[in-house]
Amino acid sequence: MSLQATTSQTVGPYFRIGMTWLFKDDLSGPGITGERVVITGKVLDADGHGVSDALLEFWQANAQGKYAHPDDTQQKSVEPRFTGFGRVPTGEDGSFRLTTIKPGSVPGPDGKPQAPHIVVSVFMRGLLRRLITRVYFPGEPTNASDFALGLVEPARRGTLIAKKSTQDNLALEWNVVLQSAEETVFFDC
Amino acid sequence: MAKLAGYRRPYPGTQPNHLHPPYVSSIKRAPSKPLICLPHTLSEVTGPLFDASLVDLKACDLTRQHKGEPLGERITVTGRVIDENGRPVRNTLVEIWQANAAGRYHHKVDQHNAPLDPNFTGCGRTLTDGQGHYRFLTIRPGEYPWRNHYNAWRPAHIHFSLFGPAFATRLVTQMYFPGDPLLPYDPIFNSTGDEKARNRLISVLDWETTVPDESLGYKFDIVLNGRESTPWEE
Repeated sequence: MSLQATTSQTVGPYFRIGMTWLFKDDLSGPGITGERVVITGKVLDADGHGVSDALLEFWQANAQGKYAHPDDTQQKSVEPRFTGFGRVPTGEDGSFRLTTIKPGSVPGPDGKPQAPHIVVSVFMRGLLRRLITRVYFPGEPTNASDFALGLVEPARRGTLIAKKSTQDNLALEWNVVLQSAEETVFFDC
Repeated sequence: MAKLAGYRRPYPGTQPNHLHPPYVSSIKRAPSKPLICLPHTLSEVTGPLFDASLVDLKACDLTRQHKGEPLGERITVTGRVIDENGRPVRNTLVEIWQANAAGRYHHKVDQHNAPLDPNFTGCGRTLTDGQGHYRFLTIRPGEYPWRNHYNAWRPAHIHFSLFGPAFATRLVTQMYFPGDPLLPYDPIFNSTGDEKARNRLISVLDWETTVPDESLGYKFDIVLNGRESTPWEE
């Protein structure tokens, strides 16, 4: 019999004490290749109120679709300055902003390419376990054949795809909606 | 591309449900729709790795971050990080944060009427060694009131955050202290149905790391999700 993973507990309201040192909301920078993108949005609770004490962590491949990790054995090159990890807390109104580069495509379990995406962990007071979700990009033809989007009922797929922002034409908008008809799709583990 | 082994899913009952009504904050924040089971892909079996250049060696000693010594009982917290297959998780980042000895966090949201300690921030981090061991020197945190229900008090605890080798192994948890009389009343501790799993969050008094005339030692071992041994069939 294998051991059992330790039980998760909430980050609580005071995670900034231990986690601020690693906040990173800009993954782009000099010498990093790829299309620069800004993803903005809000974390919203059951009443539609912004969640002011949430933490989002992002993990993504570089513009070529290569993860900075030894288990990515694809014949593609890593970029030394691009780690692919972002950690962003929400502000008083529940908003967040991530500047990054659009990731390239990485393979799915069936060997077919996945549509470009960023995986996301959501932590906050009230969440006993993190929530896991993904951000996809608008107008991407491969979204239609993406393996993970295909697991989601069509009416809810839109919650995983960022939209062109109506306020900032250089930004994409993507919200984390915790409850309501528009609840974001969350994945198990 | 070689066949890819994913990480294990939780054993039933050993992880809390998202909605746990006695923990009132979960009511408006837990997802209301079922989660979708996503087989792990390259995106989930990779994850951020952190090396020694990022972590100050002194950051594991929470008692020496200021001019003076913090108030309270000095303790050593050590443990081993392994995966569900029993293998050590090496060089992985461990972050901790906690209240001071009086039960007050160094955070603007915490307005509990207990003194702040100018010599204690309550923030530490380290990397596990080649066998998965970690070690912190800190102050035993105090219990404190919270507004979850009438006369609610949190048992003493230290928050832990770990990454492991992959996005799929990320863990945030809390370590508790043996014999704490508040544990049976705490909705966060009791959010996990499986009693044995819950009780593994309680550290044990450890004579090996207890230093005579100096500090008590507590041991808290942590298990991260282990890799499935059977690769997927294509």
